[in-house]
Formats: sequence, structure tokens, C-alpha cells
Amino acid sequence: MYSDEHKKFLKSIKVNNFWVRLCQIAIIVLFIIIWQLLANFKLINTFIASSPKLILNTLISLFKEGNLFKHIWITVYETIISFSLGTIIGTIIATILWWNKFIAKVLDPYLTILNSLPKVALGPIIIIWAGAGINSIILMALLISTIITIINVYQGFIETNHLKIKLMKSFKANKYQVYTKLIIPSSFSNIISALKINVSMSLIGVIMGEFLVSKEGLGYLIMYGSQVFNLNLVITGIFILCVVSAIMYYLVYYLEKRLIKGD
Amino acid sequence: MDNILKIENLKKIYHTKYQETLAVENFSFELKRGEFVAIVGPSGCGKSTILSILCGLEQKSDGNIIIDNNINIGYMLQNDALFEWRNILNNCLLGLEINNTLTEENKSYVLELLKNYGLYDFKDSFPNNLSGGMRQRVALIRTLATKPDILLLDEPFSALDYQTRLAVSDDVYQIIKKENKSAIMVTHDLAEAISMADRIVVLTKRPGTIKSIYEINLTNKSTPIKNRRAKEFSYYYDMIWKDIDYHV
Repeated sequence: MYSDEHKKFLKSIKVNNFWVRLCQIAIIVLFIIIWQLLANFKLINTFIASSPKLILNTLISLFKEGNLFKHIWITVYETIISFSLGTIIGTIIATILWWNKFIAKVLDPYLTILNSLPKVALGPIIIIWAGAGINSIILMALLISTIITIINVYQGFIETNHLKIKLMKSFKANKYQVYTKLIIPSSFSNIISALKINVSMSLIGVIMGEFLVSKEGLGYLIMYGSQVFNLNLVITGIFILCVVSAIMYYLVYYLEKRLIKGD
Repeated sequence: MDNILKIENLKKIYHTKYQETLAVENFSFELKRGEFVAIVGPSGCGKSTILSILCGLEQKSDGNIIIDNNINIGYMLQNDALFEWRNILNNCLLGLEINNTLTEENKSYVLELLKNYGLYDFKDSFPNNLSGGMRQRVALIRTLATKPDILLLDEPFSALDYQTRLAVSDDVYQIIKKENKSAIMVTHDLAEAISMADRIVVLTKRPGTIKSIYEINLTNKSTPIKNRRAKEFSYYYDMIWKDIDYHV
């Protein structure tokens, strides 16, 4: 059994966590209430600032038209494709760079330049090459997520403890054995955290792509809304995007927790 | 006792962009079967370099290393370098996996070693749950698993705190003697060298060459901790300390 002092200590942690959670909820609830009140008393112009009620109405009408899940699905689908492809291609390229130091040295400045270049600048070229459609959007997101994956995963690879590499070599391990038995398992947490960054990166790429070309998706919804000056639609789109990105982030977060605990 | 290893005029030069450094020169030495030899010397004298070359981790610049083809060398590092994602048993089996010699027979040999040295109950635990001393013993069993004839110990206890260090060096010494291995240990701890070794090689400062070799004859020689009580202990300590030529 715990001592009284320890029980007190546990209780103080619980109380603290409760207050944090309460304040978190209070902020969003107050924000929505004040927003709605300001709109009700005509203190803000709902034509440009919208209101919670109008957003809810827009959501309902989107749902009734059967478009809501179509738009969400398109964006999620594009994100998943570019996220998974980016992770796989990025890890493969990182492996090649680790395997051959010469290639890594040669490509180093090109990777740095590609990484610092705002990929949206490549948008027009991508659209001309890949066509104005889903291919361009995926390619755009892929470009962003692949480069960031290469850099993060490669960093994990080369930061592997040199004593462990020495140990492997003292057992006369070949390069393939060093890679499979040491490099991959020891960079595992790096790869997982690269995934976490990758989800957001892919989503940025997809929305960027949808802004440039598309007839469906959340990015399209926001862009279309702004073109017809329907701010309700714009803010609704942003709101859905918030929810979608949070869900995807937490999915990877729980995946990380499961996997790292499980090994 | 016959020689298991012979080194003639070993030389090692390290190259960097701006200079070359002569690390070891004129190092000649013979290791007898079943012998425990310690190499001591000022820091940076190339002690560890010699072990790395013997183990094949580094190329020698010149000289000969004469060793039978069927002699197997095992290497133990300063740090236990256990893989956190493998349990204790699988850590011990690493060398066998790499050499493709993970047979049932070798596996039961490892289990036997774990049993003999009090780690059997921890075979399914992960390294993080073990104390520093236990981890170092696991590292030794990992090295012993490949059945080496010669063990190379590179400051094997320097990562441990003092009490653990005494206890583990006692354990390791007895394991090595019981398994009847020859060993070369590099250390900067003179007391550790005198208490464990049959012979001590003292190196000069860089470039490391042999300054002197001491046969350690202690009355009632037994385990390292008890050896520290031998009356000749302080005599050797004094002699070697003077030889090492230490400058602050």
C-alpha cells in the first residue's frame, strides 16, 4: 500500500491534469460561444467572418448533397498514397545513401537545395508534365514527403552508435548484416518519427496541389469557397481539415506508441 | 606452454588530412596458450590500436602477425554495446547469427554459459533492466559464444563504477580462466592489470613501443580481489608506475 504522502502526490497529479483538460475544453467552448454571440448581436459581419451556426448549416447541406465525405475521402486518399509512397521511396533512397558514401557525398548539395526549395514553385511544371488532375497533386505531395524522409531517415542511419558498428565488425559482419541487424532496428524510432512529420508534410502537399488544380477535395472546397466569396464554405473546409489532420496525426502517434512499446 | 599468437615489428600509422601519426612501432610480442596478458601505458600510446589490428578492425601499416588459421579471436569493447531491442539471450546469440553458426548445440552452449554465470533468469529480459555489471557479463558471454581461443579486452571495465568494477573483473577473470582462454587486456588501471595478468607489457608514450615486460609472480595467487592483498602487489605497482613515465 502507498503511504499517505504518496497518495497526496498522486492526487495532485490527477488534479493538475484535470485542470489542464478543463481549460483546454473551456477555450474552444468559449471561443465558439463568443463567436456566435458576436454574430447574433451583429457585432461582426457574418458575410466575411461567418459564425458557428452557419458553419454547421454548411456542413449539414454538404452532407445532404452527398459531397462531404467525397471531398474528405479524396483528400485523405491522396494523402495516404503520397504518405506511403514517400516513406517507402525515401527510406530506400536513404538506404542507398548509407550504403554508398560516395553517392551520399555527391548528392549532398542537391538534396540540400531540393529541401530548401519551396516545392510549390514546382507546381506549374508538375501540372504541365503530369496533367491537371490527381496525379499532379500526388506528385507534389510525394516530392515534399520523400525529401524530408530521405533527410530524416538518413540522419538516423548515420547516427547509429559507432561502438555497436565496431562490435558488428568484430564479429566480421558484412554490410548487409550490419544494415538488417543493427542500422534498421536502431533507427526504428527515427523512422517512426519521420512518419509523424510525413503525415503533415503530405497533407500540406496535397492541399497545395488541390489549390492549384482540382475539382474535388478539401483544398478545392476552400479554394472554390474563396472564389465565389462564400466564407462559410472556406471556414467549414478549414474546420474539416483540422479534424482530418488531427485524426491522421494521432493515428500515427498511437502506431508509434504501440510499435515502440512492442519491441 | 606453446605460443598461440606471435607479433613481429608491428607498425601503425594513422592518416588525417593534415598529418600522419605514428601510433605503434616495433611492437613484437608472443602470447602463450592460456596466458592472461595486460597492456598498460600512457593514454594515446596506441594500446587499443594493437587490439583493433589483431581483431581485423584496422589494417596494420607494417609487421607480421603470425597466428594459426583455426584460431578464433573474440573482442570485448569498453562499452557493453548491447542492442536494446534484443533480449539478453538474443544479444548473446548475435555473433553466432552473423557467422551463420546458430546451431542447437551452440545455442545450448550459450544457455549453459548464462546458467553458469547467474544470468539464466534474465535471458528474456531486455538490457535496460540489467545493472552495469550484469550487462558487462552479458557482453562477455556474447563474445564467448563464438568460442574464441583468444579474447581481446579493450578497457572492458572502464564504464563501470569502482565497486562494480572490482566485482565484475573478478567474475570475468574467473570465467576466462574456467573456459581456459588466452587473453590480452588493455587497461589504464595498473592495480587491475597487476591483479589479473600473468604478464604486463608496458608501452612508452606515442609512438607506442615496448618499454618493459613484467612477469607477475604473486604469493598465493588466486582471484583478482584477493591478489590485491599479495605482498608483492605494491612492489609491481611502484615499478610499473615509474615505467609509465606519466606527465600531467
